[in-house]
Amino acid sequence: MRIPILKLHNYLLISIQTELDDQTAIQFQEDLLKEIHQTEATGVVIDLTSVEVIDSFIAKVLGDVVLMSDLMGAKVVLTGIQPAVAMTLIELGIHMQNVPTALDLEQGLLKLHQELGE
Amino acid sequence: MDSKSCVRIMKEWDIVAARQMGREIAKNLGFGTVDQARITTAISELARNIYLYAEEGRIYFEAVESLELKGIRVTAEDTGPGIKDLSLVMEDGYSTSGGLGAGLPGVRRLMDEFDIESEVGKGTKIVTVKWVR
Repeated sequence: MRIPILKLHNYLLISIQTELDDQTAIQFQEDLLKEIHQTEATGVVIDLTSVEVIDSFIAKVLGDVVLMSDLMGAKVVLTGIQPAVAMTLIELGIHMQNVPTALDLEQGLLKLHQELGE
Repeated sequence: MDSKSCVRIMKEWDIVAARQMGREIAKNLGFGTVDQARITTAISELARNIYLYAEEGRIYFEAVESLELKGIRVTAEDTGPGIKDLSLVMEDGYSTSGGLGAGLPGVRRLMDEFDIESEVGKGTKIVTVKWVR
């Protein structure tokens, strides 16, 4: 199972549409970093609108990929986190601090635009 | 206790299988989307604990009823190494896996009832219940 990564100008867009198992999540982490390297993308939006469950493992993988991309010089914004997912994550004790987020894809792109000053 | 379903946890993919089955049962019992997410996430954490620490175990689901309440009981049982200090693993932030897994305190917060029994060398049994509101 591979998650498709789309390129749009300097950005990479990812919409996660499948149930994330551990292996898929780790594969995605690797794929995204390679893609950033190859395309020289400066910004990434990961849209989670269709994701119904984020457990501690998936949260860690997502939080890590934000930090890893940051190290490479690309800004990542997570978008579309569902109300039920947000409530569950906080109750679980996972705060994902320092992870840039936005309400939806549109807001996410806007945020990247502002942060990267393009 | 009429319906009972079980998922054996041996490989990584079984974690997904367990939470899919749990979500389906929770949905059929009439849980709303937020509670479905809570239950599914709790199952995911319990299943991952089995996979990480015990290697083999099972998660089973039962519909439960008491007086005017109905709910789901999720039981995670393994024959792993067991837990030496139960009060320690119930502390927020305690981890032996280097930050993987939010741990049992998180699961306890997501569910309404939480019981744990463990014997070193024999295994661990965790029983949780969520009631339909």
